[in-house]
Amino acid sequence: MSAPSLNAALLLLADSRLPAGGHGHSGGAEAAIAAGTVRDLPTLAAFLRGRLATSGLVSACLAAAACALSAPAAGSGTASAPAGDDAGERGMPSPAARGRAAAGVAGGLLGGWTELDAEADARTASPAQREASRVQGRLLLRTARRIWPSPVLDGLAEAVPEGAHHPIALGAAAGAAGCAPEEAALAAAYTSVTGPATAAVRLLGLDPVAVHRLLADLAPDLERTASTATAAVTPGLEQTVSTVIAPGLERAATAPSAHTADSPPPSPAPTASAWAELPAHSAPALDLLAERHLRAGLRLFVS
Amino acid sequence: MTARAVLATAPGPGGRTVLATMSSAPPITLRRTGPGQVYLVSTAAGPLGGDDLALDIDVAPGTVLDVRSVASTLVLPGPGPGSAPEESSMTVTARVGAGASLRFAPEPTVLAAGCLHRMTVRLELAPDARVFWREEIVFGRYGEASGRCRSRFDAVAGGLPLLRQEFTVGDPAIDASPAVYGDARCVGSTLIAGPPGAAAGHPQTPRTGGGRTSDSLSAGGRRTREAILGDGWAALPLAGPGILVSALALDAAELRRRLERGETEALSL
Amino acid sequence: MGASHEDHHHTPDPHGRALRLGIGGPVGSGKTALTAALCRALGQSLRLAVVTNDIYTTEDADFLRRAGVLDPERIAAVQTGCCPHTAIRDDIAANLDAVETLEERFGPLDLVIVESGGDNLTATFSRGLADRQIFVLDVSGGDKVPRKGGPGVTTADLLVINKTDLAPMVGADLTVMSRDAAAVREGRPVLFTSVRQEPEAHAVAEWVTGVVEAWAHEHRHAHPHAHAHAHAHAHAHDADSPESSAHDTGSPEPGHGRDRTPV
Ligand SMILES: Nc1nc2c(ncn2[C@@H]2O[C@H](COP(=O)(O)OP(=O)(O)OP(=O)(O)O)[C@@H](O)[C@H]2O)c(=O)[nH]1
Ligand SMILES: [Mg+2]
Repeated sequence: MSAPSLNAALLLLADSRLPAGGHGHSGGAEAAIAAGTVRDLPTLAAFLRGRLATSGLVSACLAAAACALSAPAAGSGTASAPAGDDAGERGMPSPAARGRAAAGVAGGLLGGWTELDAEADARTASPAQREASRVQGRLLLRTARRIWPSPVLDGLAEAVPEGAHHPIALGAAAGAAGCAPEEAALAAAYTSVTGPATAAVRLLGLDPVAVHRLLADLAPDLERTASTATAAVTPGLEQTVSTVIAPGLERAATAPSAHTADSPPPSPAPTASAWAELPAHSAPALDLLAERHLRAGLRLFVS
Repeated sequence: MTARAVLATAPGPGGRTVLATMSSAPPITLRRTGPGQVYLVSTAAGPLGGDDLALDIDVAPGTVLDVRSVASTLVLPGPGPGSAPEESSMTVTARVGAGASLRFAPEPTVLAAGCLHRMTVRLELAPDARVFWREEIVFGRYGEASGRCRSRFDAVAGGLPLLRQEFTVGDPAIDASPAVYGDARCVGSTLIAGPPGAAAGHPQTPRTGGGRTSDSLSAGGRRTREAILGDGWAALPLAGPGILVSALALDAAELRRRLERGETEALSL
Repeated sequence: MGASHEDHHHTPDPHGRALRLGIGGPVGSGKTALTAALCRALGQSLRLAVVTNDIYTTEDADFLRRAGVLDPERIAAVQTGCCPHTAIRDDIAANLDAVETLEERFGPLDLVIVESGGDNLTATFSRGLADRQIFVLDVSGGDKVPRKGGPGVTTADLLVINKTDLAPMVGADLTVMSRDAAAVREGRPVLFTSVRQEPEAHAVAEWVTGVVEAWAHEHRHAHPHAHAHAHAHAHAHDADSPESSAHDTGSPEPGHGRDRTPV
């Protein structure tokens, strides 16, 4: 990856005020509070640390992968950008060239999105968690398509009509906003702990400054998670570029209208997926909490 | 110690399953106890730090295999007093062919204090293969701190990822997190996979809808199967053709009870 | 996906879709009761759906479903994570998603009512979510409430003061309330109701009918994008006559539900 300068869009994406429905989700915190396993600052700290090490890391990987997939088309440029001249450094290519590259890559990406989405599914055993993730992903994508319009985001919505998993939507939005994969991963890691932290402030009446102190203590772990995730996606990205994106680009070049609703996206390769090796840390307690939450009579948060 | 045991079935006369290959590699010793039934018998302590053990299983199309073990596996640190503990590893690879059925349910793996272990399972299922795969990890012997372990489970069905999950044990700050294992001392899961509507035989697969799995319409308009939830366990319908029973418990006996309850619910769906 | 399609998706497009009516107001003022009343009064003449924003559980949605005033499937509940006003004002994504899911499943519709969770006097709907809004007060808070103002009281398209049957009991002077409301509302309408005594809230229903008709008149000619893509909720073709809306429930174009509109 080239090391782009810091991108302010990252702040918008990670901000809890991004109008994308995140405020309605507690990431299992409400259920943990109901179960009594999160009840004060130390137990909240342990909850957040465990969440980051498991689902936070997996989310960061999926977000980095999605960002890396979408970045060439969105024009942020990565070392493996398959679009040649069209995908230069951020903001460099002409709008027309960018448009062409974007449309072509978006077409080539359909199979890439399906494959990545299946990997997210395989890492989310709990149906409650899958549903929460897809709902949040769908809401985020709806918002992101208006803020950072891009054929890549349209393509993702088309490839996964029931709603992309949240980290994938986040990564794609980050790509469309010109962020680098590591920034996408950082945003995913960050939101994996800030949602539950905010929920705990509201539900337990904890001192918001003390809770933010906990988040600040997690900062080094957030950064480590983001760089682990970025390193983890590199091999998968190379494989996807050669097996999915490049053929898609070729098709787009030879038949400009190849990418329409009538031509189904290429089905994922029957062999090993490019993202098979990505981390898959699971958190059994979060799974149980997510399912219990669904059955709770009284709840404030969707998940 | 490096060892690789191999187990393969073949269709025999009258539709029965025969064991085409049964190659033990101490400390993994294989013993046939019935038609299509094999016990894993450990003929040495361990695995110990530095051991690299593997078991390859090939269930030929249309055959049935049932793999169990006599006793739990106690993972111990390496013999040397060396400063950096040596990793031990156990890799199980299984291919289950078309119409074949595999049950793999050995006794738990116990992580003795000081161990550093890696468990890897790679499961490749034909689209209509059936599998019942149970894995139990116990965090240390009674009253003992847990050793460290990284386990990774990858199941691919018909070329599509069905379940990928990793457990990391041994970092007390993470293990005790209410998000991860909480106060549990064991984690277990059973994957019950196969095509929807597979009628007879064992393992079975869940029906969609009916029974206690109710369909609910998600906001996106697609039907998702709901989980069944018990005390410390859940039967989780996967996105692909299968159910994962997941459980946490204070001790191995309770873990087994919880898994079995979940398995029964999942199988009766 | 053509360029025009993208345009259509990237602009909050009022053409050819239902009027979105927000109903807000303090806890217990009668928002759900009024929603039920509107369903009773308008259920025959308008194609309706309802989104509720419960603070806890799905109480309001369940009440409406039990009340039998509307096909239960046409009632969707949104969970608001402790902050009802956030969900209708600052981050409307979940509500928009619910509204559009209903329009996709049951469209074309004439009216989608979004009931907010009970909140305080400052809570109003974002214009990105509600095209028109009603703010519901009740008399039991005392006749001082309209005087206190707040954006709900002053800016809502209609102010409803409910539970007039209780006025004698709580000693609220309706004349005072009417005068104070008029003073802060610059001519915008105020209606007094008792949903308890008049379960179809006729005056409010009449106001809503007028608003829906004006909306349909203003937006019935879907712009070219909507026509070109013939979205199920772009039902403008036959909405010209008000009668058609009573019986035409249309059948959604196959596969339309796969294409979500991020508004
Ligand atoms: N006396 C009287 N009671 C009413 C009237 N309208 C509603 N109520 C009662 O007031 C209570 C609250 O009504 P709701 O319709 O649930 O109020 P709401 O504004 O939806 O409440 P939240 O959603 O909880 O904020 C219920 O017990 C209603 O039966 C009325 O006109 N007169
Ligand atoms: Mg209400």
